[in-house]
Amino acid sequence: MSFVAGEALGRANLEVFSETLLSLAREDRNVVAVTSDSRGSGKLATFAKALPDQLVEVGIAEQNLVGVAAGLASAGKCVFAVSPASFLTTRAFEQIKNDICYSDRPVKLIGISAGVSYGALGSTHHSTHDLAALRAVDNVTIVVPADNFETAQAIKSAARMSHPVYLRFGKRALAHLHDPGARFEPGRALPVRDGTDVAFIATGETVWPALMAARELDTHGLSCRVISMHTVKPLDVDAVISAATDCRAVVTVEEHSVFGGLGEACAAVLMQAGVPVPFKIVGFPDEYLATGSQLEIFDHYGISAPGLAQTAQMLLARGG
Amino acid sequence: MTDLELKIKSIRYRKKLLRYIKQAGAGHTGGDLSCVDILNVLYNRILNVSPATFDDPGRDRYIQSKGHSVEALYVVLADRGFFPESDLETICRYGSHYVGHPTRKVHGVEQNTGALGHGLAFSVGVALAGKMDGATYRVYTLLGDGELAEGSNWESMMAAAHYQLDNLTAVIDRNALQITGATETVCRLEPLEQKLAAFGWSVHTVDGHDIPALSERLGSVPFQAGKPSAVIAQTVKGKGISFMENDASWHHRVPNDEQYERAQRELDRHLAEATS
Ligand SMILES: [Mg+2]
Repeated sequence: MSFVAGEALGRANLEVFSETLLSLAREDRNVVAVTSDSRGSGKLATFAKALPDQLVEVGIAEQNLVGVAAGLASAGKCVFAVSPASFLTTRAFEQIKNDICYSDRPVKLIGISAGVSYGALGSTHHSTHDLAALRAVDNVTIVVPADNFETAQAIKSAARMSHPVYLRFGKRALAHLHDPGARFEPGRALPVRDGTDVAFIATGETVWPALMAARELDTHGLSCRVISMHTVKPLDVDAVISAATDCRAVVTVEEHSVFGGLGEACAAVLMQAGVPVPFKIVGFPDEYLATGSQLEIFDHYGISAPGLAQTAQMLLARGG
Repeated sequence: MTDLELKIKSIRYRKKLLRYIKQAGAGHTGGDLSCVDILNVLYNRILNVSPATFDDPGRDRYIQSKGHSVEALYVVLADRGFFPESDLETICRYGSHYVGHPTRKVHGVEQNTGALGHGLAFSVGVALAGKMDGATYRVYTLLGDGELAEGSNWESMMAAAHYQLDNLTAVIDRNALQITGATETVCRLEPLEQKLAAFGWSVHTVDGHDIPALSERLGSVPFQAGKPSAVIAQTVKGKGISFMENDASWHHRVPNDEQYERAQRELDRHLAEATS
């Protein structure tokens, strides 16, 4: 049976992360996980039991988490610093900037329950700023995997990277988007489907709704491209430009503020390359965020099959 | 090296760091002068590290959390042969790696610092890795006293005690001043010894300008097995230059020509006394 993207439901990226990390750590005792009372939310309880000597717990202290991770890495450890994305990138932002990026310590910063994964817990727990904040910091790769395959590959790639990397993902079960034979490479977007009318350039957990929107637009006779832009920095510039030249409109989608994230990164590429195209950034506006579950918040801001289909049609109507 | 030889080195280090601050037109004069004896003892007596062994995973580590006192570090590293002293002619110049806070672009520097409250967490990580690997290296970090208002330090203090990092020593440059004035006026730090002890550290206070006393303390760590060691080095900000001592306004002031000459003359006098 051939693979159809978006058909089969997989698991949460979080589970794939913890499983992949455990297998890496079993093979290499230099692999160390550092947690800030986050082994439960990071699904690392099994890791902690299986490899207690490879887990460092620092308590609820994200600044220390990141500083300690830098020190461990300097002494040759392959360090995964695991904490909710919001706390990791906000509370410890200066440690990330100085101790990791500026000092070039190859720590793997793992932002769990990213974006609005915590849903109704509210804005303290959301990370809708992290991509913007870290895009402006020199020397960090930013990866937002969209499905289980991308997550496993991204974790394995991160383990091999000799420079800092930030990976963020959520905890909801996601559909499989890629044939297991696909080739994952940081900095190279993964196509989910091809098309010539509208291109959806999406990242992380918004790729699936973008794919569903593309399916819906099929029924209107529109051919839509869907790209998983798993690496937000460095951006796959070629994929962005060819999407804008091959298609009549481009819609970017992200679980993040519309300020400073994937959308603005793509806009900057197209503007500077002189590629004019009807273009829309879908994400969270600059406002007190709607409350509810992750999917309710997605729906509220049009990160859904009907919402994205409507946005695409509007762009085309405007003269795509 | 004898105590006297180290004492003479300290005076020469002071002369040099003033020279490079003057030349660069920038630098943290007061704090450089308060910590230079500590650096002298660490690099010339305690640390098992050299330019040739700097990439050795088993080397001792020195992490300068109070990164602003970088001129003292540069002068000591140059003296230890990590780079030619002539490099210091470029401090704070366009394109130079010798910026106003330590970076790894400079041979001998372990970690980029400058923002305060970062060095201890990093040092905890290095010490922890040593414990995990059964390594015998020791980790020393130098903290400013004003810096201790950063809460991150106390997170790291907890972790160091929790993991029983007796391979870690934190030296506190207790000059009792910070940029605004006295630490006790800005935001009270005392009783510091009790605070550190309550966080699970083994603590000793020492005269931070007394070469034999510093050598004895820094060389006798851990003070207690299973505990990280803290050395409160009682120092004088601006130490060695009469008109800079205990004056917070010298935190990052650069001497004018007349002050510079006076300072060098005072140090020459100390040198003559020490060598007579
Ligand atoms: Mg001070």
